[in-house]
Amino acid sequence: MDYISILQIFDSAVRLATPLLLACLAGLFSERAGIFDIGLEGKILVSAMFAASVATFTGSVWLGMLAGLMGSLVFSAMHGLASITFRGNQLISGVALNFLASGITVLIAEAWFGLGGRTPGLSGAERFLPIELPFVESFSGVPVLGPLYKELISGHTLLVYVALLMVPVSWFVLYRTRFGLRLRAVGENPAAVDTAGISVVRLRYASMVIAGILCGLAGVYLSTGLGAGFGKEMSAGRGYIALAALIFAKWRPWYALGATMLFGLLEAVANRYQNIDLGGFIVPVQFMQALPYILTVIILAGFVGKAIPPRAGGQPYVKER
Amino acid sequence: MTLMQKFLGAAAALALSAGAALADPAIIFDMGGKFDKSFNEGAFNGAQRWAEESGGNFLEIEIQSEAQREQALRRFAEAGANPIITTGFAFSSAIDQVAPDYPDTKFATIDGWVEQPNVLSVGFAEHEGSYLVGMIAGMKTESGTVGFVGGMDIPLIRKFACGYAQGVNAVNPDAKVIANMTGTTPAAWNDPVKGGELAKAQMAQGADIIYAAAGSTGLGVLQAAADAGIYSIGVDSNQNYLHPGSVLTSMLKRVDVAVYELMKAGEDMPTGFMGLSLKDDGVGYALDEYNKDLISQEMIDAVEAAKARIISGELEVHDYTTDDSCPVLNF
Repeated sequence: MDYISILQIFDSAVRLATPLLLACLAGLFSERAGIFDIGLEGKILVSAMFAASVATFTGSVWLGMLAGLMGSLVFSAMHGLASITFRGNQLISGVALNFLASGITVLIAEAWFGLGGRTPGLSGAERFLPIELPFVESFSGVPVLGPLYKELISGHTLLVYVALLMVPVSWFVLYRTRFGLRLRAVGENPAAVDTAGISVVRLRYASMVIAGILCGLAGVYLSTGLGAGFGKEMSAGRGYIALAALIFAKWRPWYALGATMLFGLLEAVANRYQNIDLGGFIVPVQFMQALPYILTVIILAGFVGKAIPPRAGGQPYVKER
Repeated sequence: MTLMQKFLGAAAALALSAGAALADPAIIFDMGGKFDKSFNEGAFNGAQRWAEESGGNFLEIEIQSEAQREQALRRFAEAGANPIITTGFAFSSAIDQVAPDYPDTKFATIDGWVEQPNVLSVGFAEHEGSYLVGMIAGMKTESGTVGFVGGMDIPLIRKFACGYAQGVNAVNPDAKVIANMTGTTPAAWNDPVKGGELAKAQMAQGADIIYAAAGSTGLGVLQAAADAGIYSIGVDSNQNYLHPGSVLTSMLKRVDVAVYELMKAGEDMPTGFMGLSLKDDGVGYALDEYNKDLISQEMIDAVEAAKARIISGELEVHDYTTDDSCPVLNF
């Protein structure tokens, strides 16, 4: 395996990890505020569908993105309404939203386009196209760093850079701002936050809005960046993998980057090397495709150590009367 | 009680005869979806054509999960549909279960294999069609590396890959063929994102022509190829129009013709096995206004010559499914 191949695999890993990273950060904000969000998958799906549909209608990916974010925010609001205002079971609400998303996306896409739940293929300005960073050509002669810059760093779509930027931003917001401190406190001990005279409900809704936007970006990226159009169930379990990554990352932003990149890398390796020949013995393709899941189990079971969720996670807050 | 039984019997007979009088044909699409622009859509187009020409009606359903296969078959059989046509190899075992219970109903499986007196198994010589598009790819490639992206990893799809690789090697013995499969479950027919990613991985390994035999997943492959400015080859239906100038050609598998003929035959549909090959134009390659600038006259001549030799039996393309191995390609 030469240097360029390695770079190309990492390049593919970054592309595949981006939706996971955005969804994982969405889950992070929501769970840090004490709201379990099983519904990441559904939000990705809804936003992917609306983004692709509106981009088709208007010819503008930006309007598509706006629509995708709106769709995801509506789902976030429903989850908030069920689990914050009405104090329902957060897991049930999340699962219900996933089912709703799975059905309603196909239904709406079928009603609008009549293509069996798919949207027409997007092209040109209806998609996020790869961005060539400046100086790529002048750097390409530089050994080691030149190819690294050209293959790995340059040539992604805008949302990939946005997703990566979200990691330090999330860290800063959570650990260096007053809002972040309060958000984390709401997930650990909402009663203390309430005693301090800060609204638990408002903070939790704020976290749902942030989660909705981040999750919406993941969906927009899926249908207008990575793919070119919406297809039935196109999220393909990425919301759940993001949840696994979140536990793996122990609810911390930088770890989330590492965890999702690892999942992306495993998928990229499985795509690239379907059959590895180990001197006469050929590793079958089925094994390579199962590898990400096998490693997930091993890593989660053995190497993460104790992952402690936010203490008040999953419990609706009831103000003492 | 006996009177009751008689009444029930009469009612049942009435219902049966009413069903028989209607006897609309039915078609069940596999999980790739009716609008996959490929295999299932070909079947749908054939059914549409029959309905338009005959003014008849057909029943249809697109299944969403494995459990629905048998359920859909039984429902259509109970409703009196005849014949019941299914698309996709995965229906074989469900038909095998259901067919003996409805001896007066005829079933057809396209791509499947069922040995029952009232079932017709329709098979295509995909390896022959793939051989021809493989030749085109072998002549067109500049990098000397071509790719293949399959859907679900099953012998049928390996048959496509094997025929393709033989065609490539026939005209370009030094060419390298990279073959990848999308997955091992039926979901692999409907994952364009993964298809695109596999195509990008193959491009990174130097492939400049990629043949997709993967249902809806193939749409992602074709898209990725068009984005990168390389060539792709479509499958089953004519997909040349999807990305003009990028889709080099399409391996045609005339599922539409098969479905049309079966519906036309109606209740008189034959049973047993029906093979469709190059000889009966059951498979082939697509040439139209979208790709005429991409394929030169020499290429057409070479492909037509090979086609004639395959039809005459002079040239035999190895069929993967006969011995589960491919002489020119390692999976």
